[in-house]
This record gives sequence, structure tokens and C-alpha cells, in this order.
Amino acid sequence: MAEALALPSNPETEPFWQACREGRFLVRRCDSCGQAHWYPRTLCPFCFSDRTVWQDGSGRGTIYSFSIMRRVPEPYAIAYVTLDEGPSMMTTIVDCDFDTIRIGMPVTVAFKTLDDGRALPVFRPA
Amino acid sequence: MSIRNQAYIAGAYEHPTRKATGISLAQLHAEVAKGALEDAGLAKDDVDGYFCAGDAPGLGPLNMADYMGLKLRHVDSTDTGGSSYLIHVAHAAQAIAAGKCNVALITLAGRPRSEGMATGTAPRVWNAAAPDVPFEYFYGPTVVNMYAMCAMRHMHEFGTTAEQLAWIKVAASQHAQWNDHAMLREVVTVEDVVNSPLIADPLHRLDCCVISDGGGALIVVRPEIARSLQRPKVRLRGAGEAPKHQMGGKIDLTYSGARWSGPAAFAEAGVTPADIKYASIYDSFTIPVLMQLEDLGFCEKGRGGAFVADGNLISGVGRLPFNTDGGGLCNNHPANRGGMTKVIEAVRQLRGEAHPRVQVRNCDLALAQGTGGSLGTRHGSATLILERES
Repeated sequence: MAEALALPSNPETEPFWQACREGRFLVRRCDSCGQAHWYPRTLCPFCFSDRTVWQDGSGRGTIYSFSIMRRVPEPYAIAYVTLDEGPSMMTTIVDCDFDTIRIGMPVTVAFKTLDDGRALPVFRPA
Repeated sequence: MSIRNQAYIAGAYEHPTRKATGISLAQLHAEVAKGALEDAGLAKDDVDGYFCAGDAPGLGPLNMADYMGLKLRHVDSTDTGGSSYLIHVAHAAQAIAAGKCNVALITLAGRPRSEGMATGTAPRVWNAAAPDVPFEYFYGPTVVNMYAMCAMRHMHEFGTTAEQLAWIKVAASQHAQWNDHAMLREVVTVEDVVNSPLIADPLHRLDCCVISDGGGALIVVRPEIARSLQRPKVRLRGAGEAPKHQMGGKIDLTYSGARWSGPAAFAEAGVTPADIKYASIYDSFTIPVLMQLEDLGFCEKGRGGAFVADGNLISGVGRLPFNTDGGGLCNNHPANRGGMTKVIEAVRQLRGEAHPRVQVRNCDLALAQGTGGSLGTRHGSATLILERES
């Protein structure tokens, strides 16, 4: 997986990462058009309304696509997971035999703590 | 206003190096510029427009303009990754039609091989302030696994097979055997491709392009200048450009931005895919070739696997000769950006200057297609339709 990376501060999405540290998975939804989007942002990427809000996500979804990265010291399974709330997000699939991963497989969120203290939402088979 | 027939590609040059250990990056840019000017029969002082992208060292076009000693009245540093140079051709035509320049120089160069860059297998961040970075970087998105996820989904929805993808590499290798400068000149079989090691499922080593140093340049001029030169006349008949991204999470990995840039280019050109004699298709891996062919309308969506199989992309064998220089898969992928070499080989074909063993007969209409960035996240697509003026 990726090396540590120095990121500039981002007040727009800090509540998301704070919630992750508390074990909660947030999704951003627009009150104007009613749609959830990914990655979270203040202005809705569909209708451009600023009436977007955080909501507790179900943490459930299904695998849209995936690939096992083989040519690295520690192979890993990158994926796009389609959340029950609608949007698809990039993530990794953990806690399973990579050869059992399939498109359409139901998955549920878990949190992996990185060296910089970030709690990263990852997914494992439901 | 249409740019149809408003500008001509008068010069094209591909640097012969594939490993530039003893050549600086700025020097590579200048050497390809010199090569393209000599090819056109023009001089440096004729250049009044300069186009480059993020591979040019410095702040946009400024530092290379300084290095080369260019006196300019028009610059454009649009960067959509490897598709930038096709967009530059279209933008140069726009600038020429608007009277903003007469002779546009476009350069590309890079040294990823000499610099030992982990091109495909390590995550790359263009700008840590990009809003998507915290939501992607830590998952390890590399070039290869992002394209691999497109292939995985395409296989799932349409039944595309690894063997069908392999035919794309086979066709490229059939062409590369005739190119003295190609990095990989050995002809490979479908079995060679599918038996090569998996890099990121379902892509094998031989589904991936080469990593090479080098570069290329183009000279785009107004029609009166093209007619005054001694080279065969290749004009821009139509162009389209379109970014594709994650669409707020409504992700669909089965198509590329060519779904939009292709029809725009065909509409401007007033031709259809059936009219195209030769196609340069961006080929960082096998899978983008298949997807772009579908998106450009050479076959139906989902039928790309059948279209590319059985040698259909091999010059002299199939319906649609592609990447007759060997493409990124076998010849050259300078700066990890494939668009420039796509245009150059299309120009060779239209001039009748491709290798005789791969030259398409009566090649009067060609397409060049570029994708830049990452097919699995955000990319820029650009399509050019080029015509030989008889």
C-alpha cells in the first residue's frame, strides 16, 4: 500500500476523518436533490446546491470491481465498492483470501489505523 | 466556427532514444523540436506558438521557451496527461484559425526509465492538495491496478476474455518487429501474453506498455504555409476532447471519455468510423485499446473483444490496422504519456512514410486517439481525425 504522504489541512472533510477515528462512517448527502455522493464535498456535484449534510452511512455495499496488486512486497486488493446509499468509492478489501473476492460480493466497513493516525475506511466480506 | 481543414501537421519527429542516460530533459524537448522543424522544412524563428504539458520542466511553457530561445505570441500548457498533445493539435488549429499564431510547436519528452521511476506499480500524486487524494491515495491506486479494475468490470459485464485482450498485444508486436527503434521487437502469441506473470488481476506483464525515455514533437501550421512546404500535406479534419471522472460516485468503468470526444471529432470531420483507414489508439495497456475502439464506434459496446481478436488490428491482415509503430505496448511510451507518438505514427501513415511492411495502402484518412491520466479515476480523452490532402 501507499507510503505516508504529507497532506495539506482540509477543513471541508475533517468531520469525515474525525468520525472515522470514532468508528463512524459518514456519507455526504444533498438535501436539494436527495442524492448521496462520493467523495464528500460541500457543493453537490450533481445539482451544485450547498445544502449538503453529513449522515451516518450504513457501512454496507457490494464490490463493483477489484484487482489484486501482485507485484509488490505485500499484495493487496484494491476495489470500488458501491455503497447501499448509492455512490461507489475506492477502497481495499481486507480480512479474506484474495482469491475469493468477486464482483457483487457484499462487504461491510472496517477501519484501519495508518501511521499518521488516520482511520481509513476499508471493507471486508459481510 | 469549425477547425476543419484550418490547420496542417507539417512536421513530426520521434526521438530515436529509448534510454536517455546522457541527455537532459530540457535537451530532449529541444532535440525533438529541432527534429520536427527540420522535418517540416522550417526554422526555429518561424515558430510563434508553443504548446507543452506537465512533462516540460518548469512553469508551464516559460522555461522551455527560454531554453530554446523562442519568440512567441501564443502559448498553451493544457495538461490532460498523455492526451495533452492531441488536444494541443486541436488548440493549435483553433489559435491558427483565430489568427493568434502561424507556426505552432508542440513538444513532449521524459526520462522515466533513466530515473528508475516505478511508473505503473506505485501510487502517484500530481498535487497533494487535489480533493480526491485523501480518499484514494492510501488505498494504493497505481496505474496498473486502476486499468485492471476497468478490465475486470468489462470482463464481468461483457464476457471479455484475457485471450481477446492478448490479441491487442499480439498485433502491436507484429508491427514492432519492423521498427528498428522499438523497445520490444519480438513477435508474441496469445499464449505468451496470458502465460506472462499477473501484475494486477486480470492484467499480465505483456498487457502492459513499455517504460521508455524519449519524446516527440509536432509542427502545426496554417494552410498557406503547408502548401509552401515540400512535405506531403496532412490536415486536421476534426477534433474532440472530453474529460471523464468519477461523476460524484456514479462510477462506470466500462467506457472512456472517447464516448464523447469520438463523436465530436467524427461530426466535425463529417466522416464515420467505417471511413477510417488507420487508427492510432492509446495503449498504456491492452484494455484501454478495446474500450476506446468501442467508444469510438468501431464496434458496439461490449463487442470489443470479438473485434480485436484473430488479428483484426494487424496491418495487411485485419479490418483496422492500429499502432503500426508497435505503439506503447512495444515501441515507445516516452514520459509515460502516449499521445504524441499516436499522432506521429498517424502522420507517417498518411504521408506514406510508415515502414513498408506495415504501411496501409491508400491511407488517406486516419484517426488518433489519446487517453491521459487514469482510466479508472479521472482521465482526459482526445480524438483527432487527420486527412491526407491529395
